This record gives sequence, C-alpha cells and structure tokens, in this order.
Amino acid sequence: MLLRLRFDAKTIRKPVISIATLETNALINILRANVDARRGEMIVEVEDEKVREVEEVLRRYGVEIEELGEGVVKDEGRCIHCGLCISVCPVEAFRFDESYRVVLDAKRCIHCGFCVRVCVTKALTLYT
Amino acid sequence: MKRSIEEINEKIKRGDVCVVTAEEMKEIVEELGPKGAFKEVDVVTTGTFGAMCSSGAFFNFGHSDPPIKMRRVWLNDVEAYTGIAAVDAYLGATQLSESRDDYGGAHVIEELVSGKEVELKAVGYPTDCYPRKSIVTEISLEDLNQAVMVNPRNAYQRYKAATNSSDRILRTYMGTLLPNFGNVTFAGCGEISPLNNDPEYRTIGIGTRIFLCGAKGYVIGEGTQHSPPFGTLMVKGDLKEMKAEYMKAIVMPGYGVSLCVGIGVPIPILDEEMARFTGVRDEEIFTEIIDFGVPRRDKPVVKRVSYAELKSGRVEINGEKVRVSPLSSYYMARKIMEDLKKLIENGEFLLTSPVERIPTKSTLKPMRQREIKVVRSVMTKAITVTPETSVEEVARIIIQRNVNHLPVVEDGRLVGIVTSWDVAKAVAMGKLGKVKDIMTRNVITASPDEPIDIAARKMERYNISALPVVDSKRRVLGLVTSEDLSKLLAR
Repeated sequence: MLLRLRFDAKTIRKPVISIATLETNALINILRANVDARRGEMIVEVEDEKVREVEEVLRRYGVEIEELGEGVVKDEGRCIHCGLCISVCPVEAFRFDESYRVVLDAKRCIHCGFCVRVCVTKALTLYT
Repeated sequence: MKRSIEEINEKIKRGDVCVVTAEEMKEIVEELGPKGAFKEVDVVTTGTFGAMCSSGAFFNFGHSDPPIKMRRVWLNDVEAYTGIAAVDAYLGATQLSESRDDYGGAHVIEELVSGKEVELKAVGYPTDCYPRKSIVTEISLEDLNQAVMVNPRNAYQRYKAATNSSDRILRTYMGTLLPNFGNVTFAGCGEISPLNNDPEYRTIGIGTRIFLCGAKGYVIGEGTQHSPPFGTLMVKGDLKEMKAEYMKAIVMPGYGVSLCVGIGVPIPILDEEMARFTGVRDEEIFTEIIDFGVPRRDKPVVKRVSYAELKSGRVEINGEKVRVSPLSSYYMARKIMEDLKKLIENGEFLLTSPVERIPTKSTLKPMRQREIKVVRSVMTKAITVTPETSVEEVARIIIQRNVNHLPVVEDGRLVGIVTSWDVAKAVAMGKLGKVKDIMTRNVITASPDEPIDIAARKMERYNISALPVVDSKRRVLGLVTSEDLSKLLAR
C-alpha cells in the first residue's frame, strides 16, 4: 500500500518513520520525500498487513495520512501507443505488449507524475 | 521475370491478389528468398504513424454576402495563411492558438475531421468587389467547398535519435530528454516504414496512390529536406474523406503542437529486386543518436545505431544501458498496414505507377546566414580578482572601473565570480572578509565561439546578467553581459 504522509512544523522534527518501524517492525520504503523547514511530504510503501499498525503510530505523532490508489491512470481513448512514457518512468511501469500497445502496470507506480508531463496526448493523469 | 502494375490491378479487381504486410514479407523473403517471394507476393503494404510537423490543410470557405477578401483568418483562434485568393487559406499543423494553451492547427484539423464545428473569424481588405470588413461564423467540413490536406514533409524514411548529455531536463521536439544520457528517443518505424521498403524510390514517386489518414491520398513529390537515405514525401489527400482515428493532434511538452499523421503505402512487387528490398530488416537500417545537450544545428553524434537496437528498448551509451522510447506509434503503423491490406484485398484500392521519380540523391543545405554573431565579437575585457582580494578592494574596483561582475581567478583559472550585489550583501550583513568568503563558485560560463543567442538564453534561464568567457582550460578571456547583448538590439 502506498501512503502519502504530510508533516506540519511540529511533526517534522520527530523521527516518525524510524519510530513507526521500531514499534511495528514494518518495512517502510520511502519513494518520495520533500521536506523543508516548515513542512514535509512523503510517499512511502508499507507492506499491506502492517498498514493499519503503521498508520496508527504515525497518526499518534500527528502525521496526516492519505492512502493512495493505483497511481497513474491511462485514458485508452487518447493513448496512441507511442511509448514516450516508457523511458522516463523511474520504475518501469510502462511496457509494450506483444501487439505493441503500451500497457501500464499501475501497481508499480510511485506517483512521481513525471509521465503525466511527458505524454503528448494527455492520456495520463495522476489523481491527487 | 517481371510483373506490371496493370497485372496487379487486374488481380485486385478479380479478387485473387496476394497482399502481405511488410512485417509478413520479411518472413516470406527469409523463407523463400527474393525469387520465391516475388513469385508468391504481388503487393506489400507499409505503414507509419508519428508526429509530422510539416502538415496542414488548404481550405476554400465559399463566399460570404457581401463578399470578403480575407486579409487574415483564424479557425478557433488559430491563424491560417490567406495570402492567396479571397477565401482560400492554408492552416499549418503547428500554428498555435492565440487564446488557448496547448491548442493549435493540428487540433483544428482533428476536430474538423471528427465532424465538429469550428469558429471562423476573418478580417478583410475592403475593395469595390469585396466590400466586407470582417466576419465571424461557424463552419464544419461539409460547409467547405474544398478541404485538402497538403503536407510538405511526411513519412521520414529514418530520423536521428536523440539523447541529452547536459545536466538538465530538455523538452524538445524529440520529447522529454532526461539529463546525463538518462534516455534516448527515436522516430520512425524502421523496417515497416514506406521508404525503407523502396530505398531506390522505384515505385514510390509523384502520383503514387497512398493511404493518408484513412482516405486515399497521393504522393505529390519528394518532401522538403529530402536527403536520402533520410528521404521524405510530400503528400495530399481529401480531408473530407479522412478518419480521425488515423490522425492525432499532440502537444510536445515544452515544445509545441504537432500532428500525428497515419500513412500507408502499397509497394508493388514488380520483380525480384523489389522482393529483396521489401525483405529489409531493422538490423540493416541505421541512424545516429545525437546529443541535444548541445543547442547548435550540428549536434555531436553519440553513437551509430540500428533500428533493431533502438526497438529493443535499450542502447548502450558510455557502458550503461540507457532506456529508449519511440515517438512514432508502431501499434498504429501496423494497424494501417493491415487496414490497407484489407482495402486492396477487397478491391477498394488500386495501385498506380509514379508519373515521375523522386530524387535518389539530394543533400540538405544549412541556412545561408549573414553572419553568426558569436560571443567573442561582443565580449569585453574582464577585470579579475583573486580569492584573497578583500571585499573593500572589490568595492573600490567596482566603483572606479564602473563594472558589476568580477571573475575570480586563481593560478590562471576561473574559480568563481563576485558581483556588486554580493558586495552589497556582504556590507549589509557586516561580513567584510575576502572574496573567497562571498564569491559564487559554480559559475555559468560562455565559450568565445558560442552564438550570442545561446549566451542570452543561458542568462535568461539562470536569471543572471553576465557570463565570464573562458577557453577549454577555464582561462578567462573576457566577459559578456546582458548590457552588451541589449546594445546589439538597440543598434
């Protein structure tokens, strides 16, 4: 499960990810992090069976949590199957199938949004 | 042994023609050899689908009452060229809307083909015979007398692939290029693309009937910038007969609007040689990967590659496997090959002989320019300081010599830059130390042979007003400032 975490000026000073890991024994993979002096945002991946526990710990420390869905969505009506998205995706979520159609494995998506800006037909959207 | 176009057309009419796609033909030639393939196959269909900027359409809008001689005309706020007869105009695919982002001529063409109405707005040049001054109305394709797609350059035989050695993301007509050779993009469909299957242009020439965006179209000549083996075609077709599914208006992020055009060309297998040509494989079709990190016309070649390597999804650059993205849609190109094959099999599409061949030799000339102004011709002498110079001394130099930028040099090499702003800031913060404490170390520089446009773009991008000019050993040769550049414009 992918979670978007938002930290305010107070929570940002606490090592909440480490605390959550120690308390729950869950492996937390930080996919994106954008932290400045006043606030922060992170996208983390947590194993499904530990999600509830991790969320509980993080909430206790004041972290705002949003569960993210399947990531980027492709509009098949707009896609022309050129494949421009393939080489810019950091996690290789796009590939050609045997008939040279671009297929998306949304489960791999880390919500970086890079492909959305690259697509020439605006076929890709990342719900936020 | 030969076979004529007339014989092939007879077979098409009788319904016993043998048509295969270019993809199928490769297998057949491999299995039976050119001789056997020639015996079996009458026609090979080829296809391509990709961004073709040099595309557009001629329109005749019909005459209004009272009539107008259009001086300027817009369709959905995208200007078309009307420097021809009163109500004729040419709308180019890449022309941008004057009121909407990410919208242009290609979108207007696609909307018209989809059956939508667009707004026509024109201003006139009143005369005794055309008294009207302006007009605003709605039009759709069926309201027009003629709507003819005429594309000056389509169906590139092959194209230079792109990569980026610089340290920033580039948004180009070759798509988004990631920094430090982060990816490669390429255009063209390789072994199934029309001109690669007729490399001597024996059957594709002026008058060749083609499949153009779902309609029957024609080759009307070699395209602009035709330079074999980077051949191109000029084509035309009736927009009213086209289908929107075979074209697509696109927006290249950070670059602009273009039109994806779908083209299919049937290649008659007149003899063994044509069978051999249509057996061509991606492994035999080569192009070069060029570096868009260099913003010049002649970009350095990073590597020579085959379309087979490009299509494999990864190419090796500097020992690393770099991921590759196509710009053309192989899926759509294959669909066009299949659809054209069906049209011929159903007797709905006959072949033509070219009335004239297109050139097999032609070179691409650069623009004749008056002179390329380079940084060397506008740079001024740089007054340099050392990292050990005191801030007070720098302040004195700035006032006495009336300058704002001082390159910092150590052992003859550029190590930083200090500006009047840095000095003011140091004074404001009470930090009157040495240059090394306040200088900027990561200096954006220019080379003496760099065109001034590139220097200007650097200053704009980094929001700075001067660039030290350095040689390859980072010795300071001078300084070019935004003032020097603006003086050129004022002249």
